[in-house]
Amino acid sequence: MSTFVELVRRDLRLAWREGGTIGVALGFYLVVVTMLPLGIGPDLNLLTRIAPGVLWVALLLAALLSLGRMFETDLEDGSLEVLATGPLPLAGLAAAKSLAHWLTTGLPLAALAPLLGLLLNLEPEAYGVLAASMLAGTPAVSFLGAVGAALTLRARRGGMLLAFLMLPLFVPTLVFGIEAIRAATLGSAAFVPSFLILCAISLASLVLAPLAAAAALRLQLQ
Amino acid sequence: MQTFTQRLANPTRFMALSGQLLPWIGGLACALIAMGLVMAFTAPLDYQQGHAAKIMFVHVPSAWLSMAGYALIAASSFGLLVFRHPLADVSAKAAAPIGATFTLLCLVTGMLWGKPMWGAYWVWDPRLTSVLILFFLYLGLIALRASIEDEALAAKLTAILAIVGIVMLPVIKFSVEWNSLHQPASVMRLGAPTIHPSLLWPLLVMAAGMTALFAALHLKAMRNEILRRRVKALRAVEVEAAGGLASQAAE
Repeated sequence: MSTFVELVRRDLRLAWREGGTIGVALGFYLVVVTMLPLGIGPDLNLLTRIAPGVLWVALLLAALLSLGRMFETDLEDGSLEVLATGPLPLAGLAAAKSLAHWLTTGLPLAALAPLLGLLLNLEPEAYGVLAASMLAGTPAVSFLGAVGAALTLRARRGGMLLAFLMLPLFVPTLVFGIEAIRAATLGSAAFVPSFLILCAISLASLVLAPLAAAAALRLQLQ
Repeated sequence: MQTFTQRLANPTRFMALSGQLLPWIGGLACALIAMGLVMAFTAPLDYQQGHAAKIMFVHVPSAWLSMAGYALIAASSFGLLVFRHPLADVSAKAAAPIGATFTLLCLVTGMLWGKPMWGAYWVWDPRLTSVLILFFLYLGLIALRASIEDEALAAKLTAILAIVGIVMLPVIKFSVEWNSLHQPASVMRLGAPTIHPSLLWPLLVMAAGMTALFAALHLKAMRNEILRRRVKALRAVEVEAAGGLASQAAE
């Protein structure tokens, strides 16, 4: 367990001292959300309607940016092989890396989202539920994403491929994330089931995804 | 005592058996599809949809095969990862492009049917949308395999992706259909719950024929893949031998 915590702390320290990764993801998120109203015109009613969807889709794209680097840097400098021979099982390693990715990407993006909602004229009552749905949904993005990152570790054009493999798998998170926001702003009772399913997807990927990621890593470390 | 699948683990035995079976399965596919098409064209016209409803006789079997194809890939992937069956990867690799083609056929026929019925080629009907995502999953399998140099590694990683995909597929389908509950109910369902026997029989014959076609294409693709691997192995031996000769000549 202490190895797990130590590994998460190491990744957080690396992300913090290297800078870059967090800032680039946040900047990308900001730019994508800014480009959209420029593309479709500043119709405030339309923007209000599409704001939850835009914020969620842009968040997925921004999270994908840093996903490809999850295991890559450690493979390049050889620390992945050292970690694999250590006391922590590979599934624990994958879970620690996913958790660190969530803390350095999912969490900041989810925190920025309500702020970007201002740009899209998001309804006032949607801010709280937007943040809640993103906090509940983004762990699935990091943990499922770890599977993709592990699978494309030695692939050519890994980054492009990763987006192509992962985005279809993010569909349930996206649908229920937006559904929860829509239901809450309409004051409908459908909010609770949507939100619970969103949590269920995240919890299931928390448990299952590290196993798949570990299987993929094991094949490539031999 | 060997089971049937264990006996097939010998590629030579598989080649002999599949070589004998292939003409029969191919012939069966041709006969059934020809019969099904005749039955489909002589079936009574739908009083609402007219001739457009005939597209169902191609659409429904391809929808069924798109899902069966993915299930076949997942089962083969399981066979590769768990039992390390030598033909499991050959089967998974061969099924991916065929399954993707049937999925595309399902999408295209669905769109052609949708234009006169719904007034648009694509209305985000939940069923068609989940088939589209299935198509992306197929393409993902093909793309991942193509982008990894080492074939044995590519086979196992693609197998993991296929199994992740089959776990996620029901969740994706559920989420896409959940989404549609909240849209205006403009969607007509192609597969009506009650279907008249005069339409059911041609549909069943077409489904059997296209399944036989899938099986024939799959067997043929597996044979091609085995031959390709043999050629590759022979080349490697030849290159090695030539290298040995060259080093002898240099001495």
